[in-house]
Amino acid sequence: MFDNPMLLFIQFMNGLSLGLNLFIIAAGLTLILGVLGVLNFAHGAFYMIGGYASYTLVNWLSGVPGGFWFAALGAAGLLALGAWGIERLMLRRLYGRDHVYQLLFTFALVLIIGDVVKVVWGSSILSVSFPPGLDGAVNLGIAWYPSYRLLLCAIGVAVAAGLWFFVNRTRAGRLVRAAKQDREMLQALGINVGRIYMLVFVAGSALAGFGGALAAPAIALAPGMDAEIIVECFIIVIIGGLGSLGGAFLGAIMLGLLTAFGISLFPDFEIVMVYLMMVLVLLIRPWGLLGKPQAGG
Amino acid sequence: MHRLTTPFVCAFVLIALALVPLTGDKFFIYLGAEIIIFALFALSFNLLLGYGGMLSFGHAAYFAIGAYTCAIFLTTLELPFLVAFLGAVGFSAVGAAIIGYFCVKLTEVYFAMLTLAFGQLVWAIAFKWVGVTGGDTGFIGVAVPEMLKAPATFYYFALIIVTLCVGVIWIIVNSAFGYTLQATRENRNRAEFIGVNVRLVQHVTFVIAGTFAGVAGALFTLFNHSVFVESAWWSASAEVLIMTILGGVGSFFGPLVGAATLIILDRITTEFTVYWPTVLGIILLIVLFFFPEGLMGVFKKKKGGRS
Repeated sequence: MFDNPMLLFIQFMNGLSLGLNLFIIAAGLTLILGVLGVLNFAHGAFYMIGGYASYTLVNWLSGVPGGFWFAALGAAGLLALGAWGIERLMLRRLYGRDHVYQLLFTFALVLIIGDVVKVVWGSSILSVSFPPGLDGAVNLGIAWYPSYRLLLCAIGVAVAAGLWFFVNRTRAGRLVRAAKQDREMLQALGINVGRIYMLVFVAGSALAGFGGALAAPAIALAPGMDAEIIVECFIIVIIGGLGSLGGAFLGAIMLGLLTAFGISLFPDFEIVMVYLMMVLVLLIRPWGLLGKPQAGG
Repeated sequence: MHRLTTPFVCAFVLIALALVPLTGDKFFIYLGAEIIIFALFALSFNLLLGYGGMLSFGHAAYFAIGAYTCAIFLTTLELPFLVAFLGAVGFSAVGAAIIGYFCVKLTEVYFAMLTLAFGQLVWAIAFKWVGVTGGDTGFIGVAVPEMLKAPATFYYFALIIVTLCVGVIWIIVNSAFGYTLQATRENRNRAEFIGVNVRLVQHVTFVIAGTFAGVAGALFTLFNHSVFVESAWWSASAEVLIMTILGGVGSFFGPLVGAATLIILDRITTEFTVYWPTVLGIILLIVLFFFPEGLMGVFKKKKGGRS
């Protein structure tokens, strides 16, 4: 493969577009983990709902120009609404409790959502067609490349830039960072920490839904897709450092590239390579590449 | 449960379990065998979570190592039964010793994440090493000794092994070591100040828990005559966690009750509906919000115990 620049380039681009799509989802997971301290197993299920919801919405909006994009935003909105309900009614009652209870709560959601998806959309594989005009390929000089995947890259970069700006340059972002650091201090300063938690959970879940809707045309929708994505997101978050957005970006790109090149270089051991990379990172930097060492740990 | 009633309840349960094969009904024998195997698995897990305060999310790895080692030793290598069984236990112990060495350097969510990572690594190896483990299709047709092929004989074999293991675990948690472990759970810093080597205590616990999980795994191989790669997947680790929480982490016998409840509920529910996951999810929600101390907590007198 390495003697063929065209193939090399295509694999590189595949890795990049996969990684940037994964970043959108993993960013939501790491935000929730960093601020709320909740390891959200249901994040993959939210992604799955995002994909399926966009399938339904795309069909509804088939005649509308830009219908796909409204569907993607609609999926994100649906997840935001759902997450709001879940947080208000249930999750917030578990904040003071041991991690294991929050984790099991999200696991209960995984079990229930998996069945709900089967009931609503059935068990057979569904696919979403590419948005009009994006089903072709573009000449990038070295090779032709599918235009939808290019767009996925661009959206991933835009989301990353937007999140970076929000977290580092706005007042709300500063509060989110503060909530990560010291919840009690923030509360003492008169900030409504409960609302920050709620908004972060809603925003993070919306990202999962948005990522699912964007991924939908490039993948096949099937029950069980949530388990795959959640494991990948965990790997990304672990490699990058829990709660670190920059780390999630780095981890997502690394995972995307390793998957793309791993499949062609070591087709039999691609999955092992991924887990091995994670374990290696953890052995050298247990807190992840861009994470902060655990206090007293 | 009151201290004095415990031995009576234990004896009663043990006798009841010993009587199961007399029904002659294969359904009950298989159900009983599965329950006692998973009871041991859950109990080993609770050494980490309940007694050590360590949330492992990769405990299925040691179960799987025990299961695969037993299958490979018996079938591929054609080793004698005793060697295979002890080998399975030994390999799980070694696996837990190596993985635990790295994991106990971390705490809380970080610990959970690293155990998950290693657990998935074990799964990935089992999944991809097709020549040895059978990969996706599983390891089918384990050369189980003739003696253990009859359901009732296997049942008694499993019951004796599990009873012995439960006894050993009981002795461990009520020993000086067990109390030290609980001290590290309650207050890590204080335990360190009075000279406890917290990491060592946690590492030893990790190995003990992994070893007993390996025993359960080996028994499961002998029970099923096959091993599937799903036994190492993270949802298997989640399942044992659910059993433990359902029964109650704060009680020695909680995980046993949780394992039995979950397996029986699974059987009953799947008779009526394919949506067992939803039922399990709802059970989980009820336990989390209304019975945080699990089923055993319901029977226990309120005494401000740890939840």
